[in-house]
Amino acid sequence: MTEAQADMPILDAVGISKSFGAVAALKDASLRVGRGEIVALMGANGAGKSTLVKILTGVLRRDGGEIRINGQARSVRNPRRARAAGLVPVYQEPSLIPDLDVRANLRLGDTPVEPFMARVKELGIEGLRLDDMIGALPLATLRILDLARALASEPDVLMLDEMTAALPADLVERVLKVVRAEAKAGRSVIYISHRFNEIAQICDRATVLRDGHTVGDLRIEPGVEDRIVELMLGQSLGEGLRVEPRAVARDGTPRVRVRGLRAGTKLGDVSFDLHRGEVLGVVALEGQGQDELFDVLAGFRKPDAGGFDLDGTPARFGHPADAIAAGLTYVPGDRSEGLLMARSVRENIALPLLARPRNWGAIRMKDEATRVKAAIEKLQIDTRAQGEVRKLSGGNQQKVTIGRWVATGVDTLLLFDPTRGIDVRTKRQIYGLVRELSDQGAAVLFYTSELDEVLQACDRAVVIFNGRVVDEIDTQTADHQLLLRAAYGLTEKDRLEAAS
Amino acid sequence: MIRLLQKNGWVLGLVALMVLLFVMTKVIQPNFGASGIGALSRAALPFAFATAGMAIVVIVGGIDLSVASMMAVAGVASAALMHALGNEGSLLVILAVLALGLAMGAINGALIVVTKVPDIVVTLAMLFVWEGVALLILSAPGGSAAPALRAIITGPVSVPFLPEAITAFIPKSLVVLVVCLAVVWVPLSHSKLGLWIYAVGSDPLAAFRSGVPIGLTRIVAYALCGLFAALGGLSLTLSTGIGEPIPGPYLMASVAAVVLGGVVLGGGVGGLLGPIIAVFILRILRMDLTLLSVDPNVSAIIEGTIMAVVVMFGGLVALRGRRA
Repeated sequence: MTEAQADMPILDAVGISKSFGAVAALKDASLRVGRGEIVALMGANGAGKSTLVKILTGVLRRDGGEIRINGQARSVRNPRRARAAGLVPVYQEPSLIPDLDVRANLRLGDTPVEPFMARVKELGIEGLRLDDMIGALPLATLRILDLARALASEPDVLMLDEMTAALPADLVERVLKVVRAEAKAGRSVIYISHRFNEIAQICDRATVLRDGHTVGDLRIEPGVEDRIVELMLGQSLGEGLRVEPRAVARDGTPRVRVRGLRAGTKLGDVSFDLHRGEVLGVVALEGQGQDELFDVLAGFRKPDAGGFDLDGTPARFGHPADAIAAGLTYVPGDRSEGLLMARSVRENIALPLLARPRNWGAIRMKDEATRVKAAIEKLQIDTRAQGEVRKLSGGNQQKVTIGRWVATGVDTLLLFDPTRGIDVRTKRQIYGLVRELSDQGAAVLFYTSELDEVLQACDRAVVIFNGRVVDEIDTQTADHQLLLRAAYGLTEKDRLEAAS
Repeated sequence: MIRLLQKNGWVLGLVALMVLLFVMTKVIQPNFGASGIGALSRAALPFAFATAGMAIVVIVGGIDLSVASMMAVAGVASAALMHALGNEGSLLVILAVLALGLAMGAINGALIVVTKVPDIVVTLAMLFVWEGVALLILSAPGGSAAPALRAIITGPVSVPFLPEAITAFIPKSLVVLVVCLAVVWVPLSHSKLGLWIYAVGSDPLAAFRSGVPIGLTRIVAYALCGLFAALGGLSLTLSTGIGEPIPGPYLMASVAAVVLGGVVLGGGVGGLLGPIIAVFILRILRMDLTLLSVDPNVSAIIEGTIMAVVVMFGGLVALRGRRA
């Protein structure tokens, strides 16, 4: 290999532009990836990350610019062409066919079975059968299968879009390890993530997009995070990364008192109190019973044992409507669970206002319009894409799911991973909003799959491990390491006992 | 083994239901035998072909409301051709009608894919178009069927070395049905194309991202529906001996059999075997109700009720299975 060949980037996208009607999603985006390099592609919501990825993988066609692969200009007109050119993506949502089994899905993309199964093992999934139906597998497994399938096709450039978003911490470690090994072996990776710690761990460079432009290309080194965030936000960092302490009265009757709750095979025995004016974090690895806990509180399922009191009165929900009537509001992490995708922002926000018998009949348009407008302004929802919620970016969609409850007035908020796959700026807006709601007296239960969030948004946190509350954490004194240890069931107390 | 049972549970349930209905028929009509089975099979033939076509487009995630109209076009076209050509042109007629069916279906599919207008709207429009075409070919029932071809679907089979006592119970029409379906479906379900059809029906976005040519797959599925509709129309002409330009009650009947047969409206799930068995179930049911001389209006209510009950029961079983 000559010097020139070694220096030639394997992927070189220059001056890419793309518009959707009047909205220019990309104006002048560039991305360059060398052989064996892991490049983080970063940007706030609406910066054009997803659009650039879709163009590189043939899902969308670019309006302008050039894509060179190994020095040759390529068209990548459709996903098939992109694959043939060596660009293989793993998207944020699984791209496996739910009604087919694993074997048929592999045949669909001509993926060789043996290397695939080897990858699956390497990535830490045990006991997968080729005749397992995709639709019956858990989300985390599907993401791993997607990655294994991509790796088995031996791509030149692997594109990972929020690969670790829905994964439990142990699988995240595996994935990062495998990705790094792949890069060492000469494969290039475009890594899209909102998690700085992962980027710091594995990436060589970061390319930052803002408003459709590539605004920076930085080498990853200690302390680069602030610079990246500055570039993403287009402003320098003001606030710290920890929630400000505040006094929460925890001596009265708790708003929600959970006692000995058991449901399904995962939720074993959970007890905690949630007070008004407090944001209570739930720290848990994937599948520790937090799904069941939220399902019970939101009225989606009935507990097998134990129960909970609301303001000191025992409560039992037979239907989600009971939970809503009792003032418990559930915000899902999967936005499509909570939104009418084909309807407008206005209708989505107004829906809960209408879903009360006394409001049936004619809609008081004027009243509705003011409340909706107030909610949109408060949340700074980007309504450039008028009309369907579907057309908004992920972060803006999530703001709508929360915004609808702000407009209604909220009593108790159950947030289940509300910031999944959302950029830093929007996350902060959501934390601020949650805090404001609790200042007004709302009780908030906040589960997040991203541990650092607990420190940034919650007053206190309970740790659920193996279906039980094993610890309670004061977010003022805790750090990331402590949270991680706690999530793995290695509590501070155990450590002290072991030391003494 | 358990997995195999789980995967084919619906079809096995349908088979059990069919056997039950046969037993009931024998109880109601003790002399029900070979000739009864022959008549049943011949009557079921056009329904079965319509259902096979419908099943494929439903699996790909669509629906074809024009299936009965395409059958009418194929029926009158074959009657007119056979009237002109007689026995000698039989093979030619078959090939021409099949090509016609493929073309009609492909037009439906291409319109849906190219215009991006919803399938239900496009095929509703095409329902009227094909109906008009059929009336242009023959404005009133007419034409005729070639005797050589009629013989293919009438009477029982004769197999060397098999006693007539057995072959008498195997009507030729059933053999024709099985052969026609197998010739198309078996290679299809073992090919990439078959996989594509399921993939597109299950999740078009994921299929697209997996590199499946979605538009082409849809067009092929509709073309196959047209092909089966043509077979249905041809078999109808062969069994009545005349071409009928007004579409028969095949649209709703085929959707009913598809649903009863375990194909999920919305796509991605099911096969051909279930819907075909469902066709026979619905035919036997109709026959039994006639034998019991139930008021035809009441029997329609009974048929609808049974369908709803079976599908709901299936839904319940599936739900239970998922919880466990």
